[in-house]
Amino acid sequence: MPIPTNSRAEPLIHRLHFAFTVTFHYLFPQLTMGLAPLIVVFKTMALRTGNDAFNQSARFWAKIFGINFIMGVVTGIPMEFQFGTNWSHFARVTGGVIGQPLVMEGVFSFFLESAFLGLFLYGEQRLSPKAHWWSAFMVFAGSWLSGFFIIVTDAWMQHPVAYQRFGDGSFQVSSFWGLLLNPWALLQYAHNMSGAVITGAFVMSAVGAYYLLEGIFVEQGRNFLRVGVIAGVIFCIIQIFPTGDLHGRYMARHQPVTTAAMEGLFRSEAGAPIVLIGQPDEEHQKIDNPLVVNKVLSFLIYGTTTAEVKGLNQYAKRDWPTNIPLLYYSYHIMAGLGTMFVAVMVIAAFLLWRKKLFASRWMLWILLLCLPFPYIANTAGWMTAEIGRQPWLVYGLMRTTEGYSKYVHAGNGLFTLLGFMGLYALLAILFLFLVHREISHGPGDAPADVRSGQPVTAA
Amino acid sequence: MLFTWFWLIAVMITGYVVFDGFDLGAGVLHLLLARTDQERRTVLRTIGPVWDGNEVWLLAGGGTLYFAFPLLYASGFSGFYLPLMIVLWLLILRGIGIELRTHLNSPVWTGFFDGCFAISSLLLTVFYGAALGNVIRGVPLQTDGYFFLPLWTNWRTGPQPGVLDWYTVIAGLVALIALTLHGALYVALKTRGEINLRAGRLAARLWPALLVITAVSLWATLSIRPEVLNNYKAFAVLFIIPVAVAASLAAIFIFQRKGSEKAAFLSSCAYLVFMLVGAAAAVYPNLLVSTTDPALNITVYNAASGRHSLSVGLIWWGFGMALAIGYFVFVYRMFRGKVSEGNIY
Ligand code: HDD
Ligand code: HEM
Ligand code: HEM
Repeated sequence: MPIPTNSRAEPLIHRLHFAFTVTFHYLFPQLTMGLAPLIVVFKTMALRTGNDAFNQSARFWAKIFGINFIMGVVTGIPMEFQFGTNWSHFARVTGGVIGQPLVMEGVFSFFLESAFLGLFLYGEQRLSPKAHWWSAFMVFAGSWLSGFFIIVTDAWMQHPVAYQRFGDGSFQVSSFWGLLLNPWALLQYAHNMSGAVITGAFVMSAVGAYYLLEGIFVEQGRNFLRVGVIAGVIFCIIQIFPTGDLHGRYMARHQPVTTAAMEGLFRSEAGAPIVLIGQPDEEHQKIDNPLVVNKVLSFLIYGTTTAEVKGLNQYAKRDWPTNIPLLYYSYHIMAGLGTMFVAVMVIAAFLLWRKKLFASRWMLWILLLCLPFPYIANTAGWMTAEIGRQPWLVYGLMRTTEGYSKYVHAGNGLFTLLGFMGLYALLAILFLFLVHREISHGPGDAPADVRSGQPVTAA
Repeated sequence: MLFTWFWLIAVMITGYVVFDGFDLGAGVLHLLLARTDQERRTVLRTIGPVWDGNEVWLLAGGGTLYFAFPLLYASGFSGFYLPLMIVLWLLILRGIGIELRTHLNSPVWTGFFDGCFAISSLLLTVFYGAALGNVIRGVPLQTDGYFFLPLWTNWRTGPQPGVLDWYTVIAGLVALIALTLHGALYVALKTRGEINLRAGRLAARLWPALLVITAVSLWATLSIRPEVLNNYKAFAVLFIIPVAVAASLAAIFIFQRKGSEKAAFLSSCAYLVFMLVGAAAAVYPNLLVSTTDPALNITVYNAASGRHSLSVGLIWWGFGMALAIGYFVFVYRMFRGKVSEGNIY
C-alpha cells in the first residue's frame, strides 16, 4: 500500500511520542550502565585492599544507582509496548526480526538484573565479600547485556542484515548470529557504552568535586575523583578514537546521504572540508558563517585528503533526512562536546597524576559544572542516529510514513503524549529531589539487610 | 510449532498473573490491612524484593508475543491504545509508589505514595481482567487486521463495543477479587500477628465473592460467546479444567479454614492457572476474534512469524527462560519465611 511519502503531519505525533519517551528513558540507563562498572571497580578495590572506605563508596553509589534504576524501569516499560501501540504496522512486519532481540533483552537481562540488584543492595551483611562482589558484577553484566540487545534492535533498523522478506511484506530472521553480530550493532554498541561510562565518570567526578569544594566527605570525594577522572580520560578518548571514528566511516559507506547532511555538505567535493561551526541554510543549500578546515572530511572518511565526498545534491530529495538542520546541530553538538570532554579529562588526569587535582579549585569547579554535558552529548548522539535514519524506519526498506498505527488518530496520540509529559515531569522532579538528598546525606551508612525485604531501591 | 508458541505465551501470561498477581493484590489491600506506618512497611516488605522481577514476566510476555505473533501484537496493542496507555501510566505510578515511599519519613510523602500504590494496583487488576474480557468477547477487526476501540460506547456487547461494557466489567471484577484474595493469602503467608489475622479475615470474606463472580463470569461468557465450548466439545478431556477450577476454589476455602497458609496460597495460584488455561483452551487457535465476521479472526496461523525464526527461537527462548527460572528460585529462597516486623533501618 503506497502511502504518500511527504505526508508528515499524521505520523508526526507518533514520532514525537516515541522520541520524547525514549529520550527521557535514556537519561537513566546511561547512568545505570555507566555507574555499574565503576561500582565494580570500587568493590574490586575493597576486595584487594581490605579497606572499608571503598565499600562505603560502593554503597553510596549503589543508592544513587537504585534511584536511577527505578526511573529507568518505569520509563522503560512504556518503550517495550510502543512498537505495538504507536508503530503497529512496523511491528507487524518486523516482529520476526527485531522481536528476537527484544525478547532476549527480557529473558536474558531484565530477569538477571532484577534478581541480582536486590541481592547487591541488601546482601552485603549476609553474603561473603566475594559473593557480594559477584552480585555487583551480575548487575553490571545485566545492564550491559540489556544495552546490547536494544542496540541490536536499533542497529537492524539502521542497517538491516540477516533477514528475508516474505510475500506479505514481513521480515524474518535468516541468521540468528548474523542479526546479533551485525557490524553496525557492534560499532554502535562500543561507541554507545563508552558514552554511558563517560556519563558515569562525569557524574562521579562532579560529586567528588562538589564534596571537595564544600569541604565535606573529603576522603570519599577524593576516591570519587580518582575513579571518575581515570575512567573519564580513558573513555573520552575511546569515544572519539576508535569508536566514533569507525562508526562514522561505516556510516559514510552505508548511509552516505545521512553523512552528507550531518556534515552540512550540500554539494559533492573532492578534498571536502570539515565544518566546525556554521548554520545550515537548507533553502539556499549552503552553510552560513562557516568555520571550516579544508580536506579534513575526505581524510576522516577515506583516509586521503583528495577523495571525493558525495554531497546532498547527489541524492533524490525524497531520500534526504527530513530535518537536516536538527541533524546537523545534533551531530556537531555531540562531536563538539566530545572534543571538549577529552580536553577536560586529560587536564584533570594530568593534575591527578601530579597530585595537584585535589587542591586545584578551578579544575574542581570545571568538573562540577560539566555534569550536564555528557547527558547532552548522549542525547545529541541518539538524535543524530535517529534523525539521520529518516525518512526510513528500516533503512532503505521501509519508510517512516508506512509504519505508524493508522487507526490511532493524532488526537489520541497527542492525548497520551501530553499524559507522558506530565507524568515524566513529576518523575524528573522526584528524581532530582531524591538524588540531591542522597548527595547531601553523603556516604558512610552501614550496609542494609536482605531479610528486611525492603523494596529493592529504598535503601 | 504454532501450537507450542501459543502455549508458551499462555505460560508467560499465566506466570505474570500468578507472580505479579499477589503483589498487585497486596497493593490493593495494603491500606486496609495495615493501619500504622509500621504495618504498612511490613506489608510492603512482603513484596519489596520480588515485585520488579515479577513484572518482568509482563515485559518478557509482551516481547514474546511481539516475536511469535507480530500481527496480534500490532493489532491488539494499537487497537487497545487508550487502555494500554492508561495501564502504562498506572505501572509507572505503581513502581514509584512502592519504591519511593520509604525514602522519606514524612506523613505527606508516605501518604502520597501509599495512595499511588493502592489506587494504581486496584485499577490495574480491573484493567487486566477487562483486557482478557475483551479478548474473549472479540473486537471489530477490519479487513486489514487492525481495529481501534474507544474506552466505552453503549456498555453493550454488540458488534461495535467499547473496551468497557457490562461483560468486560464483570471480567474486571473477577480479576480484582481473585487477585485481591491471592494477595491476602500471600500477605497472610508472609506475616505474623495482627496483619496476618486481618489478612486471613479478609481472605475469608473475599472467598464467597470470588465464588459468586466466577460463576457469574462463566454464565456471562457462555451467553455472549457460546463458541467457547467448541474446543471442549471436541476434546472432552478439557472439561477437567473447569473441574480443577472448582476444586482449587474449594481447596482455598478448606486450607484457609484450617490455617494452612501455604496450601491456601498455592491453591489460589492453582485457581489462577486453571482459569487462564481454561480461557486459552477455549480460544485456541484464535488469538483475537472479530465481532463482525469470523473470517477476519486473528489466529495462530495468520499471525505467526516465519518458521525459521520460531524454531531457532525455541532454543534461545528455552535457554533464557531456564536461566530466569533459576534466578527466581534463588531469589525466593533467599527471601523465604515470614518478614520481620519492626523498623529496620
Ligand atoms: C558522551 C557521549 C558521546 C560523545 C562525546 C560522542 N558520541 Fe557519538 N554517539 C553517542 C554518544 C557520544 C551515542 C549516544 O552513543 C550514539 C547515538 C547512537 C549510538 O549508537 O551512539 C552516537 C552516535 C554516533 C554516530 C552515529 C550516528 C548514526 O548512527 O547515525 C557517529 C558517526 C558518531 N557518534 C561519531 C562521534 C564522533 C566522531 C565523536 C567525537 C568527536 C562522538 N561521536 C562523540
Ligand atoms: C536512547 C536512545 C534513543 C533516542 C534518544 C532516540 C531518539 C529518537 C528520535 C529523536 C526519534 C524521532 C526521529 C524523527 O522522527 O525525526 C526517534 C524515533 C524512533 N526511534 Fe529512536 N531513539 C533512541 C533509541 C531507539 C532504539 C533503541 C530504538 C529501537 C529499538 C528506536 C526506535 C525508534 C523508532 C521506532 C522511532 C519512530 C520512527 C521514526 O521516527 O523513525 N530508538 N528516536
Ligand atoms: C526502544 C527502545 C527501548 C526499549 C523498548 C527499552 C525497554 C526497557 C525496559 C522495558 C526497561 C525496564 C526493565 C526492567 O523492568 O527491569 C528498560 C530499562 C533499561 N534500558 Fe531500556 N529501552 C529502550 C531504550 C534503551 C536504550 C537505547 C538503552 C541503552 C543503550 C537502554 C538500556 C536500558 C537499561 C540498561 C535498562 C536497565 C534499567 C535502567 O537502566 O534504569 N534502553 N528498558
